[in-house]
Amino acid sequence: MSRLIAAFLGGLVFALGLGVSGMTDANKVIGFLNLAGDWDPSLAFVIVGAISVHLLLYRLILRRQSPLFSDRFHIPTRRDINPHLVGGAALFGMGWGLGGFCPGPGLVSLMGYGSAPGVFVVFMLGGMLVHKLLSQPERSAREPAEATC
Amino acid sequence: MMSSILWATLGGGLIGLAASWLLLAKGRVAGISGIVGGLLGAWNADSTWRLSFLLGLMAGGGVLMATLPEAIVAPAGRSLVAVAAAGALVGYGTRLGSGCTSGHGVCGLTRFSPRSLVATLTFMGTGFVTATLLGLIGGAS
Repeated sequence: MSRLIAAFLGGLVFALGLGVSGMTDANKVIGFLNLAGDWDPSLAFVIVGAISVHLLLYRLILRRQSPLFSDRFHIPTRRDINPHLVGGAALFGMGWGLGGFCPGPGLVSLMGYGSAPGVFVVFMLGGMLVHKLLSQPERSAREPAEATC
Repeated sequence: MMSSILWATLGGGLIGLAASWLLLAKGRVAGISGIVGGLLGAWNADSTWRLSFLLGLMAGGGVLMATLPEAIVAPAGRSLVAVAAAGALVGYGTRLGSGCTSGHGVCGLTRFSPRSLVATLTFMGTGFVTATLLGLIGGAS
C-alpha cells in the first residue's frame, strides 16, 4: 500500500509543478513555441529548475543499493540513436506545437475546463494504442529496455 | 516576465523533486508517456504503481483547480479537430520515440543520455516550427 501512496504522491507533486510552472496553460506553451508572436521564453526555465533539482538528488539517490519500494533501479541504458527515436520525437513535437499539450499537462488539465483536454487525452491514448498494435511483434522482445522512459 | 520566470523555475523544481521521489521510491524514471503507455496492455506487476501515479497526477489537477484555477488554461485558436490531431501525434510520437518532455527532457537530460538529448532537440525543433508556422498562418497566438 505504501508503494502506491508513494507513486500517488509523486504524481501529485509532479502535477503541482506543472501547474505552478505554467506548463498547464496551453496558451503559454503555444506562446513559448511560437517564435513569430510576442515570444514568452519563461517556460525554458521549467527545465532549468527541474534538471537542477533532479541532478542534485539523482546522484544521492543512486548511491543507495536499491529504491525504497523496489528491488532495483530501472534506469534506461540504451544509447542507440535510430530513426524511431528521431521520427517519434519529431511527430511528438508537431503535436505539442499544434495542441499546446504534452502528455503530463494533458492529463492534469482533465480536471480543468471544457472538452479540449479530454479530446487530447482520448486521441493520445489512441495514438499510443496504434503504436502498440503496429509494433507488437518486435516490441515484446525489447519491452524491458524501453518501458521505463 | 520576471515573476513568470520565477514561477517556471519553482514549478520546474517541483517537477524535479517529483521525478527524484519516484526514483527513490520505485527506482523508476518519471516519463509520463511511458507510464501511460505501460498501462495499455495486459495488467502486470507495474500496472498498480503506474495507475497510482496517474491518479496522483489527476488529483494534482484537482488541487490546482481548487487553489490556482488560472493555472489551467485551454488553447485559444485551436479547434477540437486540431487538438484531436495533436493528441494522436503526441501519443504515437512519444511511444515511437520512447519518451516525452518528462522522460527525455527532464530525466534523460539529467542522466546526460545522448538519446534523450537528440530526442529533446528534435521535439523542441518541430514544436517551435509547428507553433510558429501556425502563428504566422492563422495569427493564432
